[in-house]
Amino acid sequence: MEKKAMIELQNIEVSFDGEQILKNFNLRILDGEFVTLLGPSGCGKTTTLRIIGGFTNPDSGNVYFDGKRINDLPPYKREVNTIFQKYALFPHLNVYENVAFGMRAHKKSEKEIKKTVHEMLDLVNLHGFSHRNVNQLSGGQQQRVAIARALANSPKVLLLDEPLSALDMKLRKDMQNELKKIQQQTGITFLFVTHDQEEALSMSDVVVVMDKGEIQQIGTPQDIYNEPKNAFVADFIGESNILDGIMREDYLVEFFGHKFRCVDKGFKTNEPVDVVIRPEDIDVVKPDEAALSGIVTSVTFKGVHYEIIVDVKGFKWMIQSTDFTAEGEHIGLKIGPDDIHIMHKSEYSGTFGDYSTFSDEMEEDLQTPLSSLEEGEK
Amino acid sequence: MKVLSKVYCFFIYLFLYAPIVVLIVFSFNDSTTMSRSVWSGFSFKWYGQLFSDRLIMQALGNTILIAVVAAVVSTILGTAAAIGINSLKRWPRRLVMNITNLPMVNPEIVTGVSMMLLFVIAVRAINTSLGIGSIMIAHITFCLPYVILSVKPKLSQMDQNLYEAALDLGYRPSQAFLKVVFPEIIPGIVTGMIMAFTLSIDDFIISYFTSGTTQTLPIYIYSMTRKRISPEINALSTLLFAIVLVLLLIVNLRKEKENKEILHEEEEP
Repeated sequence: MEKKAMIELQNIEVSFDGEQILKNFNLRILDGEFVTLLGPSGCGKTTTLRIIGGFTNPDSGNVYFDGKRINDLPPYKREVNTIFQKYALFPHLNVYENVAFGMRAHKKSEKEIKKTVHEMLDLVNLHGFSHRNVNQLSGGQQQRVAIARALANSPKVLLLDEPLSALDMKLRKDMQNELKKIQQQTGITFLFVTHDQEEALSMSDVVVVMDKGEIQQIGTPQDIYNEPKNAFVADFIGESNILDGIMREDYLVEFFGHKFRCVDKGFKTNEPVDVVIRPEDIDVVKPDEAALSGIVTSVTFKGVHYEIIVDVKGFKWMIQSTDFTAEGEHIGLKIGPDDIHIMHKSEYSGTFGDYSTFSDEMEEDLQTPLSSLEEGEK
Repeated sequence: MKVLSKVYCFFIYLFLYAPIVVLIVFSFNDSTTMSRSVWSGFSFKWYGQLFSDRLIMQALGNTILIAVVAAVVSTILGTAAAIGINSLKRWPRRLVMNITNLPMVNPEIVTGVSMMLLFVIAVRAINTSLGIGSIMIAHITFCLPYVILSVKPKLSQMDQNLYEAALDLGYRPSQAFLKVVFPEIIPGIVTGMIMAFTLSIDDFIISYFTSGTTQTLPIYIYSMTRKRISPEINALSTLLFAIVLVLLLIVNLRKEKENKEILHEEEEP
């Protein structure tokens, strides 16, 4: 039996001050799923959340909740609760009253409120914190009060807007497990927004990768990582070497002047493609044992592995290897058929260069002085 | 150098406060000759005369009535305005705030004269005359920017998501405001109201132009100085000074307390 769609967004368009935030946006979220919207800042993920919460009205398109159109339903009538980025706890109320807030709005009996508040505080491990002032709590505790407050209303869908971004790394890991556990216990549909790909991969049933107001890919964390649809997804999720290649025939791709066996098919003969090779999939071998070889330009120790940058005919590859390689060494890059992932060309092709730099910003900064120098010479 | 700077400060404060000290001292002067410059013993007699003077009591009553009405009305209007201004986008908000602040730096005499002209035209149209009503309207008007200025920072300091969180949890907009926004901005509202009350009590220039025949305390004091020079003026002025001083102290102490609270919160994250 197919699960029903809890939330459905159809052809949503939103723009603020002439800037388009969401373009023809379509999304179905099934009952009981943990869905994550993942993308860089300004990609429209928070706007998507606000549309479902009822705080932003789309310029056009339909919002369905449990089969009913809710475009005109105000936030206070929606069976959806939000956890805001900075928690938005009410500073003049104590922990108990914060958690009870939603139930008071719904005119629940005092007995019922008391029972639920204590249940919720137990659920988030804040037993005995009822009478604390929320300003005296640590970030993680405030976060958990916010979760208890939202869940006390027993919503059908919980919206979480980068709820862990203010916490330090260790606490964040704990809260990730906590949230995942709560989601499994309660069976409530979670819609989680983050720009942290690791967080998205480790928590979600479904990841929605967004950029520039559009969905780039929807899939399970494994799909997104192993089978990225385009260069943006490949670059945003984890590290990847993205090369230009030509698909010669099914299971045969050519790049850097060499033909490689691969597991992809269904492309046109001689179709130009983007080739993704993950740094951890490349084996370092002797130069004569592999089709590709190059000079190591830098080696960085990362704890679990070494991050090796290799110059192959002017293109900087990244390799992650547990074996040490010295700078200046001539090494071979062994790539197996399973390690190669082929993607159709997209608007993002060529925007992510090699590993001369890690960020686009640094890349631009490095390029500008060169070109201005050239102009100066003329 | 240290001694010199202390001497310098002493003279500054001497010149600033000497007139008021003289005023206060002479308000207790037991003079019979009505002379204002000869000390002849301590007495409360001018205060006694003050409270038995029907005209003064009437002026005092008017002043308090006007101040209460001006403070309450300007606080309600100003708070509403601050909420509206706060939710504007950046540029319109700046524009409106500048327009709002302008009357505060506008010379009072200009405000007074322009209001008088407007009211004269208005009262002619509805066939009445200047009086306590027109003073109230004038006071509400000039108190407004001060209320807005003390409420708006509270609004912008507040986490903007608080109101949305209240809606999200099931309260209607009006209830969400009362339950969440109001408790957050109440310190600003109270400070604004005390400020408005203080400004209204000691205003002379604008009241003078818009009062018609109605007397307020400052206007009455002014008229006393023109008719006869009585030590009653000293007593009355001392009282006025004391009231305004106390109100200002309250406002400043409240601000001090808030600053301490902010510091306290920053220390303890």
